[in-house]
Amino acid sequence: MDETGQPPKIGALDIFLAFAQISISGFGGVLFWAHRVLVEQRRWLSDREFVDLLALGQLLPGPNVFNLSIMIGDRHAGLRGVFAAMAGFMGVPFLIVIGIAMLYQRYEALPLVQSGLSGMSAVAVGLLIANGIKMAMVLPRHWRPWLFGLLAFAGVGALRWPLIGVLAVLAPLAVATSWRRGR
Amino acid sequence: MERADILALFLHFLMLSSMAIGGTQTVMPDMHRFVVDAHGWITGKQFADAYALAQAAPGPNVMYVTLVGWQVAGWMGAVATTLALIIPSTVFTLMFARVSARNPDAPLGRAIRRGLAPIAIGLTLASAWILVRSVNHDWRGYLATVLTVVIATRTGINPLWLILAGALAGMAGLV
Repeated sequence: MDETGQPPKIGALDIFLAFAQISISGFGGVLFWAHRVLVEQRRWLSDREFVDLLALGQLLPGPNVFNLSIMIGDRHAGLRGVFAAMAGFMGVPFLIVIGIAMLYQRYEALPLVQSGLSGMSAVAVGLLIANGIKMAMVLPRHWRPWLFGLLAFAGVGALRWPLIGVLAVLAPLAVATSWRRGR
Repeated sequence: MERADILALFLHFLMLSSMAIGGTQTVMPDMHRFVVDAHGWITGKQFADAYALAQAAPGPNVMYVTLVGWQVAGWMGAVATTLALIIPSTVFTLMFARVSARNPDAPLGRAIRRGLAPIAIGLTLASAWILVRSVNHDWRGYLATVLTVVIATRTGINPLWLILAGALAGMAGLV
């Protein structure tokens, strides 16, 4: 809000810059920066709105913060805003990551690069497991959700079945179960 | 790489990202299955490298999808997998946001979220499993992984520091 009490107009360029900032700052994850930039610095969203939009983003396929960026772009500047959000959030990191890929291709064979990458991989796997554990902390203490999680892990991870088949069976069952219990 | 292969890559990733509820790490096992096991376009090691590099790079972690595309087919592959990643996400979000953005706590939405959460967790751990199997670590690699899990779940440390420590430990021959 400025002094006249009017909310400031948020244009496509602002949206591009905000999401480029979030995206590039996001070493090892962007959620922290999304909150910092959108809620604390630019005040485009309240805390409550942020959580609501994020929950919505989690329901939709794809990266959660990316979905959030699309919603905010659309809300403030329509389709232009959507493209601005996309270009900021994905476009800039796209170029950076390609630059890294070129370096990788050139130096991949060097022993030092190899050993550094193997250390990084070991950590990256650990971060992924930690991510899964944190998500699991909020599950209800009941065997049913754990069973669905275990079946998903076994089918896709251990048995390497195609995801589409596993989800086609598990997802409707899981949603129906939680729907019946939630009522 | 043939044009038909790039189209196949694009279409498969398009289908996967339409199903990526709970984050893009949930479809990683199937991406791996498609490009490494089914087609042999890249090795499991290259796949794991792409994932590790994307974690270290500035930008969202999902950029590993772009890197996998790049490793399979250069610029064309990178563009194909990146577009496949963002198109379904954007379309679904716009449709959903315009229809019912006001009510994320509607009973059906809640049932879907709660029902799918454990599956997303199972798939996230499946992704970790696939990555572990792709890199030939000895016990020191596993120790680094376990240490990371402990530190990352117990502290709020920025993950980048851990990745940097991993790279240094690797270069020093510790991992």
